[in-house]
Amino acid sequence: MNDMTPSSAERAAKLEGMGCKRKRVEDIRFVQGKGNYVDDVKLPGMLYGDLVRSPHGHARITRLDTTKAAAVPGVVAVLTADVLKTVNLAWMPTLAGDVQMVLADGKVLFQNQEVAFVVAESREAAADAVGLVEVEYDPLPVNVDPLKAMAPDAPMIREDIKDKTEGAHGKRKHYNHIFSWQAGDKAATDAAFEKADVKIKEFIVYPRVHPCPLETCQCVASFDKIKGELTLWGTFQAPHVIRTVGSLISKIPEHKIHVIAPDIGGGFGNKVGAYSGYICSIVASIVTGRPVKWTEDRIENLSTTAFARDFHMDVEIACTKDGKVTGLRCYTIADHGAFDACANATKWPAGLFSIISGSYDFPAAYCLVDGVYTNKAPGGVAYRCSFRVTEAAYCIERAMDIMAQKLGMDAAEFRMKNLIRREQFPYTSAFGWQYDSGDYQTALKKAMEATNYKRLRDEQKAKREAFRRGETRELMGIGVAFFTEIVGAGPSRACDILGIAMFDSAEIRIHPTGSGICRLGTKSQGQGHETTYAQIIATELGLPADTITVEEGNTDTAPYGLGTYGSRSTPVSGAATAMACRKIKAKAQMIAAYMLEVHDDDLEWDVDRFRVKGNPERFKTMTELAWAAYHEVPPGMEPGLEAINYYDPPNFTFPYGAYICVVDIDVDTGMVKVRRFYALDDCGTRINPMIIEGQIHGGLTEAFGIAMGQEIHYDPDGNVTTASFMDYFLPTAVETPHWETDWTEVPSPHHPIGAKGVGESPNVGGVPCFSNAVNDAFSFFGSTHIQMPHDHWRVWTAAEELGLHG
Amino acid sequence: MIPGSFEYHRPSSVQEAIGLLAKLGDDGRAIAGGHTLIPMMKLRLATPAHLVDLSGIADLKGIRADGSDIVIGAMTTQHELIGSDLLASNIPILRETSLQVADPQVRYVGTLGGNVANGDPGNDMPAVMMCLGASYHVMGKGGERRVAAREFYQGAYFTALEDGDVLTAIRIPVPPAGHGYAYEKLKRKIGDYATAAAAVVLTMSGGKVADCSIGLTNVAETPLWAEEAAKILNGSSLDAATVKRAVAAAEAITAPAADARGPAAYRTKMAGVMLARALARAKSKARG
Repeated sequence: MNDMTPSSAERAAKLEGMGCKRKRVEDIRFVQGKGNYVDDVKLPGMLYGDLVRSPHGHARITRLDTTKAAAVPGVVAVLTADVLKTVNLAWMPTLAGDVQMVLADGKVLFQNQEVAFVVAESREAAADAVGLVEVEYDPLPVNVDPLKAMAPDAPMIREDIKDKTEGAHGKRKHYNHIFSWQAGDKAATDAAFEKADVKIKEFIVYPRVHPCPLETCQCVASFDKIKGELTLWGTFQAPHVIRTVGSLISKIPEHKIHVIAPDIGGGFGNKVGAYSGYICSIVASIVTGRPVKWTEDRIENLSTTAFARDFHMDVEIACTKDGKVTGLRCYTIADHGAFDACANATKWPAGLFSIISGSYDFPAAYCLVDGVYTNKAPGGVAYRCSFRVTEAAYCIERAMDIMAQKLGMDAAEFRMKNLIRREQFPYTSAFGWQYDSGDYQTALKKAMEATNYKRLRDEQKAKREAFRRGETRELMGIGVAFFTEIVGAGPSRACDILGIAMFDSAEIRIHPTGSGICRLGTKSQGQGHETTYAQIIATELGLPADTITVEEGNTDTAPYGLGTYGSRSTPVSGAATAMACRKIKAKAQMIAAYMLEVHDDDLEWDVDRFRVKGNPERFKTMTELAWAAYHEVPPGMEPGLEAINYYDPPNFTFPYGAYICVVDIDVDTGMVKVRRFYALDDCGTRINPMIIEGQIHGGLTEAFGIAMGQEIHYDPDGNVTTASFMDYFLPTAVETPHWETDWTEVPSPHHPIGAKGVGESPNVGGVPCFSNAVNDAFSFFGSTHIQMPHDHWRVWTAAEELGLHG
Repeated sequence: MIPGSFEYHRPSSVQEAIGLLAKLGDDGRAIAGGHTLIPMMKLRLATPAHLVDLSGIADLKGIRADGSDIVIGAMTTQHELIGSDLLASNIPILRETSLQVADPQVRYVGTLGGNVANGDPGNDMPAVMMCLGASYHVMGKGGERRVAAREFYQGAYFTALEDGDVLTAIRIPVPPAGHGYAYEKLKRKIGDYATAAAAVVLTMSGGKVADCSIGLTNVAETPLWAEEAAKILNGSSLDAATVKRAVAAAEAITAPAADARGPAAYRTKMAGVMLARALARAKSKARG
């Protein structure tokens, strides 16, 4: 090498590969308002669909007359369940093995349920006609309380399956029962509780919340009668799944369905499932022969498509008197609403809830989950978490605090004592999960040092004493949470959706001039995939990230994949990307050897080139090799430079983190001010630290919303009272606290680049951390658990019940 | 969330607006900033066939001194209230309150007239106007009349306005120089209506309350003027015991609805907490 040749480090930096805080390439269009969302799709002759919805939570439909609506100028068609029956689409299968009404068939089971679909020349005409569809209802008794769903006299929600004794997951024990699912060793756990020195038991509710993406769900369906082909643009987190399910439901052959997910304005699990609006739009397009657009408004989004959580958990911990946990037991009632449209891997009706032993070394554990029907909207999606992981993390992190309180131990010290130790990895939990890697104590220690935890506790004590003396009306709370996620679904032996193994894919083509395109089965909704996948390729292939186009969302061009949710893009498609790169690199190496007239093994990789070992001046750069791949490949070798990989991960990945939060509570109003929030995350190999930080900020902000104010609330008559931003707490920049982020980096040993996924960690760890902080402030006055959300009146009520208002 | 169709009118004078409203009768609605009416129309809870937009009427704009009063045109936006030097130096509670109304985007368009005229108990300005002893200029078929803010509110969305009336201006007597003031509002987030809020204007003399007025927001069907509570405070040094009695008197006149902000009993308590805090802050600002 001469002096003019840049060093390896200089060349590596120019690639903007893994570890680089590369600016998000998608933001160039987003910040200029040039994104292309479903609502931007406008086709010639396009019609607009709008839904008539039920004002009742539970009622029989005694009359449905569309005559007046159909007579509104501009109205082209009005669909009802009777119309859908003619094409056998009044009901549709759900991802969870249940069936769901597309339009109300005889009765309505939740407020705002879809009753009829009006199709018109304009949105305005459709909205006018919606008000003129005449529906008469005979109200039925309503139940919105999951704890009462299996009472002997509970209102029967699902008459269609009243005689069905076997559900999708075994025997049903009540007409409102969906499934029972258990994990762990019951006998061993019961024995641990019998021997325990100290036990705690608490009823912990994770309220029903909503993912609430800024862009609501929408689609445009366009059926070409001549070709018999359907093109469907939509807000789909999993476009291929939509195509397959769409084909199975509609009987249109899969190759004649083209699903396109353009730019998406946030998903968070809300955009995984198939909704009535999509089915109605497809049918309407087939019936009218014209494209049909359906756009959900905010009220419809909050009250009908895909809620999350609604887990009601009875949790117990057994412990020795010196603070070593010995057993964990949890019984959960899961409210799935009127239809089981939960988005889980099919074999896991309660998702990966058995991650509930968390980050701790429990020798014995057992959990049982009963799913029930109520008069509430269907859903149960993994809102910014892997399936039901945030419910599990919330439950165990609250329960650990409650046990520490009973033992008189500090919450951090008690955790430190029970965390799985570094030398125990790979660690098999009492529920059978194989945690691949981690160094938990180091993470917690770092968090405690960074926040000066001991000093915080001293300050808290002084402040509490001042409160008792009447010198202040403020209490300080310190929240500690240590969470372990289980993401990257998933190993196909464990996870499938309707029988489709949960692998994912990447297809990379390197063009002759050395730039390239990568297409994947995942779908970004704001995660920055166009930026980060290109960084993996840059490092793996030595081509600048700027020269790689990343494309997702078109089922005609992208390889098959299961989509983006459950933090699975990096663990699964990120791995597929690296593996496809390695196929390309292996071929490039052979071409280089041929060109340099050496044996393959005589070459070594150096950032962006293969060079001859011991003779670094003889090399071929990847750009040169790309050109050669199209005009001077070795005899017998196929030309071209591309590869595809379908990656079936050997295991899940297990990101983790240690979070600490400090709050100041105004006891007289119940206002909680977040003074400080420190989040340390370990997501393994860090692809783009800036994007990771952004993900942490976003997830913490959502966690803040959930813990401090969110609830999809139903009154006893089945009315959803929180269906707009007036009453559903979505924090703005004004309410959002300042976030401090930090990290450790323990790569996943089974992942090709060691990455674990990060987008969902802050939601999973954030919610218990906020809640623990609020609970911590009151724990010194004898309170063990205050239910979320910790909004003003509930916090004030807790203080009132503790006699803190004098 | 698509409103029904309607005809849009944009008169350029108050007389023209009143003529239009008289002609249109029940089919017509006056619209100011639209932050209450338009959401109602999107939900189709309101379906006016005609909207009479008041924003083209120059006479309804502006803030001016008129003797010992300040007169504010009904179509003056909250943002303009915040920026007014005349108000800042004479009735600073208006700036303080405006900064707590909704959010900046809403304040650019939302008007003082709309805020006080539509009778929404969640609006912040009505209680402040009752506290300040303001009166409203109302133009109708029978000409102009003035209605005291303390007499204006009859129930949720029911006011002294008759069909076809337009509230044209708000007249506020300037409180004595050196007065103390505060608007304390508890809300869940920016843009929210008050869980409870209290407006206080007081003057101190020799360490005692010489005069005091109190308004309460969103703790009854109408904004409240807490006359009894104020009477208790007059002549006191705002000592803890007297404040406690005044707070109890203020709480006693509340009748809030339970909503997502909390149960009725909580909101009543919060009215008391806001009042106590407003009194303390007003006292700290008062001279004399």
